[in-house]
Amino acid sequence: MSARLRYYGPAVLVFVGVLVLWEIVVSVFGIQQFLLPRPSAIAAAFAERFDELITVGRNTLVEAVGGLLIGGVAALAFAFATARWATASRALLPIAIAANSVPIIAFAPIMNNWFGILNPLSKMMVVAVLVFFPIMINTLRGLTLVDQTSLELMRSYAASERAVFAKVRVPNALPYIFTAVKVSATLSLIGAIVAEYFGGAQSVLGQFIITEAAFFRFANAWAAIVVASAVSVAFFLIILAIERVAIPWHASARTRDAS
Amino acid sequence: MTGAVVRMRAVQKVFGGGADQTHALDAIDLEIPKGAFVSLIGPSGCGKSTLLRLIGDLTQATGGTIEVNGKSAHRARLDRDYGIVFQSPVLFDWRTVERNVELPLEMSAIDRRARAERARAMLALVELSGSEKRYPWQLSGGMQQRVAIARALSFEPALLLMDEPFGALDEMTRERLNLELLGIWRKTGTTIVFVTHSIPEAVFLSTRVVVMSARPGRIIDVVEVDLPQPRNDLTREDERYFAFVTRVRERLRGGDSAQVAAKTRAAAM
Repeated sequence: MSARLRYYGPAVLVFVGVLVLWEIVVSVFGIQQFLLPRPSAIAAAFAERFDELITVGRNTLVEAVGGLLIGGVAALAFAFATARWATASRALLPIAIAANSVPIIAFAPIMNNWFGILNPLSKMMVVAVLVFFPIMINTLRGLTLVDQTSLELMRSYAASERAVFAKVRVPNALPYIFTAVKVSATLSLIGAIVAEYFGGAQSVLGQFIITEAAFFRFANAWAAIVVASAVSVAFFLIILAIERVAIPWHASARTRDAS
Repeated sequence: MTGAVVRMRAVQKVFGGGADQTHALDAIDLEIPKGAFVSLIGPSGCGKSTLLRLIGDLTQATGGTIEVNGKSAHRARLDRDYGIVFQSPVLFDWRTVERNVELPLEMSAIDRRARAERARAMLALVELSGSEKRYPWQLSGGMQQRVAIARALSFEPALLLMDEPFGALDEMTRERLNLELLGIWRKTGTTIVFVTHSIPEAVFLSTRVVVMSARPGRIIDVVEVDLPQPRNDLTREDERYFAFVTRVRERLRGGDSAQVAAKTRAAAM
């Protein structure tokens, strides 16, 4: 317990220190509320609009998770196909790499048009396209960057391509996949909120921030940003927890017992 | 002799083409009798690892014939006739020690209970009982290599191919594993082909040492090491052991040109 305190203590101290400094700087220099509200004002706004903030936070999270699932599954399927069949790789990879250079967020209005502006699916699709590339390319890397001697070992067992895939390539790719999904978790919330700025259902984080800012209720907008950050961190931690359970053998989770 | 496990005739291996051709191996004639412990020794670049990989059908010869267990090397690989141990253990991080040993058994569709039983027996053979549930990265280098040996032997292959298996280990671990390997060889009766660049190791382990020269890789001598079995720590102090070490060393030194090789061969007769 005390070891844990020693580990997290400094970070907590810095965090609290920044909040206190923020509070002091805003009052001492008389900074206007609409430029930068005091942390205490943000906390008050948070308490006041708590129920609404939870609702909009949840709705945005649903979009982010939905989009991550759609994009993630598509990316995995794409990566598996390209790793498995050389022809697929030649046909698909250049297109995927070219597609990655497209500023995906520019598609948001198009997605609104395709899937209906009020349909959460339109936001999910923006997220899906956004997370597709990092997950796809990392998975592909994990499936193909396999130790040559491991492949020779499998060859010595006269292992089928399928067995090599299941027993070597896929387990080898798992750490790469988790790394990509962790990055994409954060990315998915960014994508969802930015997509919401382009219009749609009202009770979501993006629209909440736009509306409150329009009425100069900046403390409320800041409270929503706090919610967005908390949701993002929680999402990341959940995936981290899944990773720990799924690949306990990986270097990031290792505990070397005395040998 | 109860027939040869490996039979090579006029085998050659050329890498590349045109002006960049490298003759890795040339005119290799080699027979490895059943139950033998044969070491391949030579300077680096003499093609001893390539020779081992040819036997295992991990690379193909550009000339000559190779038979393993009376079939083509390719057929023998498909029939899972050999186990292989590389210089690095090549264990899968995501599998426990026990499941690493079970890997080749999974390819042969052996049921779970039989696999576990077999893995336990093999780990006992390499003196790693109790480490079944540990992960490879929790073991020392020597222990990891013992797991690799257990894995290679788990499906009782007729032939065990070892490519400098102890090359990355410290001297003391290497000597202990040499003794253990001899014990395993006696217990299982497996034919072993062992690549090394350590003369003492080759002499200590082998019934037969194949001495090779570099570029192109040729066999310059085959030394029958008839030191008494079972060998133990005392073997290393035996006068005849030193004589064999000296003999292999002299062959290696004189092995730079074919002429010297022919001369030494004549002198040996």
